[in-house]
Amino acid sequence: MPLSLSVVTAERTVLQRDDVQRLVVPTSEGQITVLPHHAALMSSLGYGEMLAYVPGEIVAMAVFGGFLQVANDQVIVLADAAERADEINEERADAARQRAQQRLAGQHTGPEALNVLRARLSLERSLVRIKVARRRRGSGVPSMAER
Amino acid sequence: MAGAGAVRAIRSRIRSFESAAKVTTAMQLVAASKMRRAQDRALASRPYSDRMRSVLAQLSGYAASADPSELPPLLQQRPVKHFAYVHITADRGLAGGLNANMNRAGASLVLEHQPLVERVSIAAVGRKGRDFFRRASFPMLAEFTQLGDYPGMAQILPIARVIMDDYVNGEIDQVFIGYQRFVNTAVQRPTVRQILPVTAPEGDTGPSVDFLFEPSPQQLLETLLPRYVEMQIYEAVLDAAASEQSARMVAMRAATDAANEMVADLTLTYNKARQELITGELLDIVGGSAALEA
Repeated sequence: MPLSLSVVTAERTVLQRDDVQRLVVPTSEGQITVLPHHAALMSSLGYGEMLAYVPGEIVAMAVFGGFLQVANDQVIVLADAAERADEINEERADAARQRAQQRLAGQHTGPEALNVLRARLSLERSLVRIKVARRRRGSGVPSMAER
Repeated sequence: MAGAGAVRAIRSRIRSFESAAKVTTAMQLVAASKMRRAQDRALASRPYSDRMRSVLAQLSGYAASADPSELPPLLQQRPVKHFAYVHITADRGLAGGLNANMNRAGASLVLEHQPLVERVSIAAVGRKGRDFFRRASFPMLAEFTQLGDYPGMAQILPIARVIMDDYVNGEIDQVFIGYQRFVNTAVQRPTVRQILPVTAPEGDTGPSVDFLFEPSPQQLLETLLPRYVEMQIYEAVLDAAASEQSARMVAMRAATDAANEMVADLTLTYNKARQELITGELLDIVGGSAALEA
């Protein structure tokens, strides 16, 4: 029996499927794979790529923090933010990556510390988006060289 | 008998009521379409809030067995010295009794708690409620206005942050939230309830499942609780937005009806006056020619 998956944010339902055969989730403790009959689990989410294997396709999503519950083949993802690959604008994500990298190349101390943290998070988010967007184009495993 | 000047005056009053009706009709239509969108947004947040409640109900069951002093700060109850109230109203009026009713409900909550605590502060969301509590010279914890017709989660986070930070730092000991709950298009109900300390939702926890927790249940609870508070504020703000639009739609419809009624009444008066004027002129002419013939 396949998994039933709901990926929801406070603002909308990002994905709702009942035919998920395999799910790869970035938890805060590391990436895990959920198969049918997985043990009941509660975990928090990190930033990263989430992959839902459904018949004939892999639905790729970028998730940015939140909460995960697995129980009785029902998977609930309460994401702080989540986007499907088809919703991501790769050019914008790439522009955001460049901006964040430029900012990080600058000052690192004093009152700039908060901005550095912000830039680092922004960089991380844009890298996740780029990775997920590339997956949609079918280029398989994205190259890690740009990190 | 009405003179020609009086007739013209009535005519111009009719015109002004007609143009008022045009404006209120337009406002009614705008509010109706904004209401639909606001309602859709409230509905779109349901799957998240429902699941969040059920997950939190299950998770808090595991943490309840722990030592109370080890509970996450947002769950810890303490004697209330400083009471805070998050008051959600609209920025604009023209919505019938919506804001006035909310202000009344907020005031009665605050007055009820005031004798029991040392301090009361207000966090006002929306201009109408802010002005109300400011006039009553209550200290303001924070003010948030111009969230727009369709507030998003990003605009709610600063509100949640202020309250949770102050709660965790021990600045405030209890927080209530008040908003106009959207019941249906005709009915909005002022609703007040506690958001801090968090009272975990009771719900169908389902058959008890032996969960694995990664990391520990306590740490997971600390992840989930701030999001639960944010979600409750977000829900309240979305409900208030839908209530505002529907109250405005209903108020504008009433105003349009009243204006149209005035136009009908005035038209009747106008026709009567015009008829009298004509009759009078005819009588003058008839009287004049009769005098000539005599």
